[in-house]
Amino acid sequence: MMLPNAVPVSWYLVLSAILFSLGVAGFLMRRNIITVFMCIELMLNAVNLSFVAFSYELKKIDGQLFTFFVMVVAAAEAAVGLAIILTVFRHRMSLEIDDVSSLKN
Amino acid sequence: MTESQSLWLIPILPLIGAAINGFLGRRLPKMAVSAIAILTVLGSFLWVMKTLSALGDLNTPHAEHYFTWIQSGPLEIGVDFMVDRLTRIMLLIVTGVGLLIHIYAVGYMDHEEGFSRFFSYLNLFMFFMLTLVLAKNFLLVFVGWEGVGLASYLLIGFYLKEKFAGDAGKKAFIVNRIGDFGFSLAMFLIVITFGTLDFTKVFEAAAKLPVEAHAGILTAIALLLFVGACGKSAQMPLYVWLPDAMAGPTPVSALIHAATMVTAGVYIVARCSVIFDRAPIALDVVSYVGLLTAVVAATIGVTQYDIKKVFAYSTVSQLGFMFMACGAKAYSSGIFHVATHAFFKAVLFLGAGSVIHALHGEQDMRKMGGLRSKIPQTFITLCLAWLAISGVPGFSGAVSKDEILIAVHGKSEWMFWVGVVTAGITAFYVSRAMFMTFFGEYRGKAHPHESPLSMTGPLWILGLLSVGGGYLMRDLVHTIGPEIADNGDHSSLEFIIVGAGLAGIALAAFLYLLNRGLSQSIARALGPVYRLIYDKYRVDEFYDALIVHPIQAGSASILWKGFDRLIIDGLVNGIGNTIGNVGTVLRRAQGGHIPSYATWIALGAAAVLIGFQLMSGGAR
Repeated sequence: MMLPNAVPVSWYLVLSAILFSLGVAGFLMRRNIITVFMCIELMLNAVNLSFVAFSYELKKIDGQLFTFFVMVVAAAEAAVGLAIILTVFRHRMSLEIDDVSSLKN
Repeated sequence: MTESQSLWLIPILPLIGAAINGFLGRRLPKMAVSAIAILTVLGSFLWVMKTLSALGDLNTPHAEHYFTWIQSGPLEIGVDFMVDRLTRIMLLIVTGVGLLIHIYAVGYMDHEEGFSRFFSYLNLFMFFMLTLVLAKNFLLVFVGWEGVGLASYLLIGFYLKEKFAGDAGKKAFIVNRIGDFGFSLAMFLIVITFGTLDFTKVFEAAAKLPVEAHAGILTAIALLLFVGACGKSAQMPLYVWLPDAMAGPTPVSALIHAATMVTAGVYIVARCSVIFDRAPIALDVVSYVGLLTAVVAATIGVTQYDIKKVFAYSTVSQLGFMFMACGAKAYSSGIFHVATHAFFKAVLFLGAGSVIHALHGEQDMRKMGGLRSKIPQTFITLCLAWLAISGVPGFSGAVSKDEILIAVHGKSEWMFWVGVVTAGITAFYVSRAMFMTFFGEYRGKAHPHESPLSMTGPLWILGLLSVGGGYLMRDLVHTIGPEIADNGDHSSLEFIIVGAGLAGIALAAFLYLLNRGLSQSIARALGPVYRLIYDKYRVDEFYDALIVHPIQAGSASILWKGFDRLIIDGLVNGIGNTIGNVGTVLRRAQGGHIPSYATWIALGAAAVLIGFQLMSGGAR
């Protein structure tokens, strides 16, 4: 089944790692909540990529199944998360992440 | 009658009285409280009479087993009561004198607060004392022994609002603990040696032990028991609590600290006569301690002005006589003196109580005098006891004291002479107290009034017993134990003893009736010696300096400021502070700053990954 000159699995993993790191970096450094939110999606999709790559490599369906789960959860998260962001914006007129640091001490 | 199991009723009745008065007495009228207190003791007195008459001459002891208390390997300790000839005497004294003093106390305590509390404690004392004398094994004796100590402590400290009363109670309790420690050690030794605590078995086994091989262990047991007896019976060097114990109400002084509880030590020595007989060194110690106590206490008694203190030192001194008798193997004479002393010393205390009652609480003899016409009944009954303790022939005190001193003469000549002189001093200080209180002119301010019948009645009965009780009980007492070898004619010795007593009275009469003022100049002439005796040889100060202060200082500096504050408090506070400090540091991590949380999560995840990698790293 293995095609000649096919892309080796390690390339997918490297790409996945790069995407994930970008997501982490963006999550940690950006101050806009929307951007942070998008970074989370980026991380989820980086994980999806590695799931699919392994699924193809190992000839097992589990990885692709997991990907669908992740997508469902990500969709739900986007719905809830965007709703929260909207509410926060209405209350504080700001999307700066440092302005919503009231959950402390 | 041997089949019946009814001895338990004797101690239980006062316990019921104690419980009723203790729990409900506050709501009952005084009449009911006193009726309960007296009737329960009367009940046990009558039951004692009935039991004793049913038991006959008690050739063999009557024992009753109720249940097994402690079962531990081969050691079995039961709750057993026993009546033998020794117990018989003690039962009669305790319930008889106890009953009379209960009746007296109703009159004496009439105006006092805590009426029901007082009678509850007094009944409790009766319960424990009867348990003590009825018990058939050492451990049950110890229960009674500790119990009377507790009752004594409660009653000494009866006047809750007076600090000295509480202090005196504590002192009595703590000094008694030293003695009790000796008693416990003696019990351990008995268990190790004989494997049982039952009187019958222990004494049978002890009688069979060859003296040569086991003198050491028997001496140790006897000496440790005697340490216990010293505590309870106020002998040197543990006598210091008894004079202070007079802080309690006077009926308590009469019942507990003169007639019954303090004789428990003599009782236990007489009870264990088999052991003491086989430990000659211990017997010598008993003699010497008894003699020394008798002399020391008698000399202190000469100088005191508090009427109750005089009689307290007199009690210590008389207890010394009883131990001298035991030391000379004349156990029955010792118990005989317990009996006669119970009568006349009870009268002395109750009479003193009547005087104090008449003078509204005055105890200083310098503020008395001339009371013989004002409270004649008290005076006459006290006179009977005075003549009895002074050893005037025809009174019971003379009979028992003569017996003791004659027995001591059989043991050692010089101890006899010291004892005779002490008997003279005894007569002297009691006479002094009598003359200062009842003769001369009245020096106080209060208006004396005669006491009610409930007080004078018991005084009369006990007064008559101090005259005739000796003759009544003589034969009964001498059924107890080893017969005293009657070696010939003692009339010359008796003459000397009686002479000493009469000389004491005469000297007191000379100093305190005819030449008042002379005693003062003698006291001045003796100067420092007099001061030393007046200050009770400064034994209390000596103990304070030697034991109490070092312990207090040690407790304060090492235990309190050292161990408690530094180590225990330091440990507890240190744990709290450390957790607090760690929390302060960790709190900074929780800044509400989401990127920093995320950073920590990321770093943590990285750390976990690296950790896994390192742990399984060797394989790759």
